[in-house]
Amino acid sequence: MSATQPIHSKSHQNIATADALTPRIERRETPAGVTQQLRGRWTAADLAVPTVWSGLTHQLSDLEIGRESSPVRWDLRQLDRLDHVGAQVLWTHWGRQWPADVQADDSQRRILESVAHFSGLLPARTGTGWLARFENFGAWLLRGADHALGLTRLMGQLLLDLLRLMRRPRDGPWRDVSGHLFRIGATALPITALVGFLIGVVLAYLISRQLMQFGADAFVVNILGVSLIRELGPMLAAILIAGRSGSSITAQMGVMRVTEELDAMRVMGIARGFRLVLPRALALALAMPLISIWTTAWSLLGGMLTADLSMNVSLAFFANALPGAVEVSNLVLATAKSAVFGLLIALIACHYGLRVKPNTESLGQGTTASVVTSITVVILVDALFAVLFRNVGI
Amino acid sequence: MREPMVDIRQLWSIFQSPMGERVIHENLDLTIEAGEILSLVGGSGTGKTVLLRQILGLEQAARGEIRVLGLPVTALAKQGAAAHVGMLFQQGALFSAFTVLENIAFPLRELKVFPPSVIDEAAMIKLRMVGLDADAAHKMPSQLSGGMVKRVALARALIMDPPLLLLDEPTAGLDPESADGLCALLAAMHRDMGLTVVMVTHDLDTIFELSTRIAVLADRRVIVAGKPADVLTFEHPFVHDFFLGERGRRAVTALRKPPRPPAAFHSL
Repeated sequence: MSATQPIHSKSHQNIATADALTPRIERRETPAGVTQQLRGRWTAADLAVPTVWSGLTHQLSDLEIGRESSPVRWDLRQLDRLDHVGAQVLWTHWGRQWPADVQADDSQRRILESVAHFSGLLPARTGTGWLARFENFGAWLLRGADHALGLTRLMGQLLLDLLRLMRRPRDGPWRDVSGHLFRIGATALPITALVGFLIGVVLAYLISRQLMQFGADAFVVNILGVSLIRELGPMLAAILIAGRSGSSITAQMGVMRVTEELDAMRVMGIARGFRLVLPRALALALAMPLISIWTTAWSLLGGMLTADLSMNVSLAFFANALPGAVEVSNLVLATAKSAVFGLLIALIACHYGLRVKPNTESLGQGTTASVVTSITVVILVDALFAVLFRNVGI
Repeated sequence: MREPMVDIRQLWSIFQSPMGERVIHENLDLTIEAGEILSLVGGSGTGKTVLLRQILGLEQAARGEIRVLGLPVTALAKQGAAAHVGMLFQQGALFSAFTVLENIAFPLRELKVFPPSVIDEAAMIKLRMVGLDADAAHKMPSQLSGGMVKRVALARALIMDPPLLLLDEPTAGLDPESADGLCALLAAMHRDMGLTVVMVTHDLDTIFELSTRIAVLADRRVIVAGKPADVLTFEHPFVHDFFLGERGRRAVTALRKPPRPPAAFHSL
């Protein structure tokens, strides 16, 4: 053990001022020739002071340019401390070989030797040429196809699991279903109510400003009724639930992957489709229509209040006119649509959750992809519904 | 008289749990001198890892004082302890978004002084020092095996050549050959740079190969801290079971034999 070297610094801040410890090179004329004497503390922390570092690199490059006529002697014995970074700087300056004359103690020599032994060229990264880009594009396409395949497989598995459940309903994961119903459904009620109410208020206000110009105040009931019940209520609810519960399902399953819980289940022979995917899909398919109706109700309430305040459409008139303006089939369509949205959100969230790789980055990517995909799919499927049922209820 | 590397005085650690308070450390005293290799041993739940985390300032003690390098831990943590203290976490704690080389170079890069060439080379030296191939440099942590993660984490802990190195289970998950290599590396750094090491481990071979001192945690305090030979003769049920049980006897017998030259990662 080299107990002769002081081992720790008193304080980091003192280094810049404490001249004795500043890493530096002093030139000395001796009878034997020129000696470069290293002084101070040649460690990463001490070299990392910007002024010290730039001063030292200048000094070293000057040494290189003004080559001495006689061979230079290097004296390391006055060094306070030398670490691998300091030794590396020195070794690089020496051109990766021992100079003719170096005076250093054993441990300094060993540090320099280990730098010499272990320093090596960094292997090049794989290139990013046109070929690589083309290959990346291909890989991207294949990944997309793989996702589609995985989702289809998950849907098929869900169908099989549903059949199994119908054959023996008593063995179903009902406790899980009720837990998810509470977490996905009941706890989402306040936020969906707030958002729905505010959207109703804003829409009613904007519509009323337009309608008042034509004196068509009463039509606010038709416009608000159809748009909120048929489209906006289910869509708002689906988007909120996709962001809220879809992401949490993906994250939950992803963490189960990271902590190897999924593997443990598999080893125990527990079918993850039946125990993980099915309860979530069932709970979302059940909760989604209910939340959709709840959101619609709050947005209608907001619309009614605004209509009452901003023009002369009273609450009573609104409530009386609504059944005449909106057919019941709209409500049926909206509810059916919501159940499909719920199922899709659950399936997409589970799909991405099960694909998380055991590292934190993949977990984040999976969650983001899950939310973006489920919202996109919800909007696409909604458009599909709009086209398919264009003759119903309007 | 030089200041001790780590000075722990009358430390109390209390954890709140639903069942009430649980006292982990009660009036614990421990002094670690510069240049020591101290092994912290103790049964499960005796607060070995907690003690390491407190030395790093990651956890607050209920009462008592911890000074590292003569400074209270809170002051050291504010300065950024990277230059002074290196830590090898049990699970490696590599940043999963960075490559192996970026992980190792991270503390150096954060100084924002050295040019990339110097940083990369310094990281490469540490990478190869812990026995990894240069090919591993551009891999992501998720592509590494458990043993490799541990070595990368060690390389990162060593990048600034800190005077104090804390190791939490350094040899767990390593094959015997790698464990020997790790011991050789630590011994060399201890010899050449006066490295102080505090390690929590259950690996008796490592303990007897490296330790200059052993501290035993039991009954919520350090019951004995001293040279391996002195600790072995200490009368306490835990010490007896730990060192003089079946496994312990084997390691102690091995200790009595002339020490074999440790196998280096790469022969120097």
